Amino acid sequence: MIALSDYLILSSIVFCIGLAGIFINRTNIIMILMCVELILAAVNTNFIAFSFYGSDLAGQIFVFFILTVAAAEVAIGLAILTLMYRNRGSIDIDVTNTLKG
Amino acid sequence: MLNIYLTIVLAPLIGSIVVGLAGNQLGRTLSHSITILGVAISTVLSLYVFNHHVLNDADIFNQNIYTWMQIGGLNISVGFLVDNLTSVMLVVVSFVSLMVHIYTIGYMHDDKGYTKFFSYISLFTFAMFTLVISNNFMQLFFGWEAVGLVSYLLIGFWHHKESAIEANLKAFLVNRVGDFGFLLGIALVLMFFGTLDYAEAFSQKDQIIGQTLFGGSAITVVCLLLFVGAMGKSAQVPLHVWLPGSMEGPTPISALIHAATMVTAGIFMVSRMSPLFELSDTALMVVMIIGAITALFMGLLGIVQNDIKRVVAYSTLSQLGYMTVALGVSAYSVAIFHLMTHAFFKALLFLAAGSVIVALHHEQDIRKMGGLRKKMPITYITSLLGTLALIGFPGFAGFYSKDMIIEAVHYSDLPYAGWAYVAVLIGVFITAFYSLRLLFLVFHGESRVDSHTEEHLHETGSSITVPLILLAIPSVVIGYLTIEPMLFGGWLDNAITIDSSHQAVAELKGHFYSAFALLTHSVVTPPFWMMVGGAVSAWVFCLYRPDWADQIQSRFKRTNYVLNSLYGFDRLNDIVFVKGSVKLGNLLWKISDMTLIDKVIVNGSAKLARYLGVLIRPVQTGYVYHYAFFMIVSLMLVLGWVLIASDYSFFG
Repeated sequence: MIALSDYLILSSIVFCIGLAGIFINRTNIIMILMCVELILAAVNTNFIAFSFYGSDLAGQIFVFFILTVAAAEVAIGLAILTLMYRNRGSIDIDVTNTLKG
Repeated sequence: MLNIYLTIVLAPLIGSIVVGLAGNQLGRTLSHSITILGVAISTVLSLYVFNHHVLNDADIFNQNIYTWMQIGGLNISVGFLVDNLTSVMLVVVSFVSLMVHIYTIGYMHDDKGYTKFFSYISLFTFAMFTLVISNNFMQLFFGWEAVGLVSYLLIGFWHHKESAIEANLKAFLVNRVGDFGFLLGIALVLMFFGTLDYAEAFSQKDQIIGQTLFGGSAITVVCLLLFVGAMGKSAQVPLHVWLPGSMEGPTPISALIHAATMVTAGIFMVSRMSPLFELSDTALMVVMIIGAITALFMGLLGIVQNDIKRVVAYSTLSQLGYMTVALGVSAYSVAIFHLMTHAFFKALLFLAAGSVIVALHHEQDIRKMGGLRKKMPITYITSLLGTLALIGFPGFAGFYSKDMIIEAVHYSDLPYAGWAYVAVLIGVFITAFYSLRLLFLVFHGESRVDSHTEEHLHETGSSITVPLILLAIPSVVIGYLTIEPMLFGGWLDNAITIDSSHQAVAELKGHFYSAFALLTHSVVTPPFWMMVGGAVSAWVFCLYRPDWADQIQSRFKRTNYVLNSLYGFDRLNDIVFVKGSVKLGNLLWKISDMTLIDKVIVNGSAKLARYLGVLIRPVQTGYVYHYAFFMIVSLMLVLGWVLIASDYSFFG
């Protein structure tokens, strides 16, 4: 029998990998998008685990919403990246700092 | 009666407004006709009012006509108080004003501002009427400021002359000092009595006795502040400096405003406030001392002046000093008596001086005159009569009024009254000296007029000479006719209060038999011999041995210097007040404006925002992962803090 804590440990590991991916990654924005997906996956895992062990279906329904929103987000994110590449010829993180004060 | 009073006050105002607004369309003749008609109506009605109140003993008329404003419980109204004092003032003001209006036709004949001038002097007449007829302090103050305003406008009437602009600015500023004191005095009256109505305030005057203010007696403070106003308007030392300068204006207004009427407003005001002034011996003493100083020292300055109008102006200052002395010794009726006689003969002297000025094509230096007696007989004779009245030649108007002042000071038992007596007595000598010096230098001796002017020299036109003659008549007879009823017959009793401790007028009454007896008795009185002494010395120094005057001048260089520099009042004002305020202004400009406001507050706050921005800006790097890092770290910190704060109860 797999215990609840095993799921939670797994999702924390995935979450931390995603987080570390965002911070450490210095190459391009697609990597950041993928890391965000990892974080979302970790959250989803948590939801489902709690839902199963707490016998409450609401958590699983919530995951559906998150998956839908994440799909939309990826679609928009990739579209933005495509446009950005077309306009600036690069999607490197180091050059996308025009927001600085 | 109300309609009559209203007509007296409003007729000149209507004339002034009509001519002021439509003067150019109406033309000169119509303009002066309208204003003269307005003032003539006032004059006739004033005489009627005089007859009604003074001769037929009508009751005092005291009525509010219109509520001007209402502030809390305080009602400020426009109201008329007509008693004998007001009636006398109305007659004097309207008569002199009418004479000056007529005179102006001739004097301002060639001036571009002809209609404007008429509008102004009518406006002045209106303002002076509101001042004297007022039944409350606020309307008095309105009239006070209004005459000041017109005086300002008229001193600077020839505004292309820089000296005229300087003079009217000076007059305005010096009067502000006086008016400030006056306004404070009025405010204190309101504070102590809760009303600005004369009758109401005076009826509860007893409750101010014994109260203190700023460590002094309250009534003394009130009276002194009110007197500061009188000092400004009536040109008493040290606020006299504006009056000689006011001679920059056209001569008719010098006669009307700066000799006969406006400058006597202070005298009138103190007489009106006699119930208050009587309560404070200290205030009366200050009034007397200031008056004595003015009477003596301003007269001395008249001796060294060479401008015909300035000699008369210093004479006016000196005579105002006499009136003030009379106020100080509680002889209010005597002050008003001198005010009246002085109004006639000083207006006459000014208008005569103006006549000479016109005849000589605006030459005012008496060293360039002389021998005009034959060329201008009417001007000469009227000036002679005016001068005799001024120096107090027995029988003339000034003789009675000045003699009574001197006697009143003699009988007064205020502290320092002895010194004031000496001052006014010497003043008689000086008055005779400078008046006759003026007369001799202008009308007698060799002609020093330049030959070109000499050829065209002739008597001035009838619009100038008729007012001279009409003013000469009262200058001669008014004293003889009115001394008995005015001083001792109770003409002014219903307007003036004299405390029983001030016995000067009562003493005068005890020594008075008749105007004629005073005349015959005069040769044994000291003032008569002072006058004769002054007259003889004037004759010696101006006609008999003019070279002696030069010798004395070179012998007493220092005295001469002091007199010629006008005791240094102008220089003192220049150094302390003019330069002082410029320096203060510079200081404030540099420290408070430039440094404090500009540098610290305005630019300082902008700079502060910029420095803060520079300090914080590097936080915003533009890298998304920095933002994400901060967000997550902060989220963790917040969550951690919530956990700690809730003692891990989060987990159940």
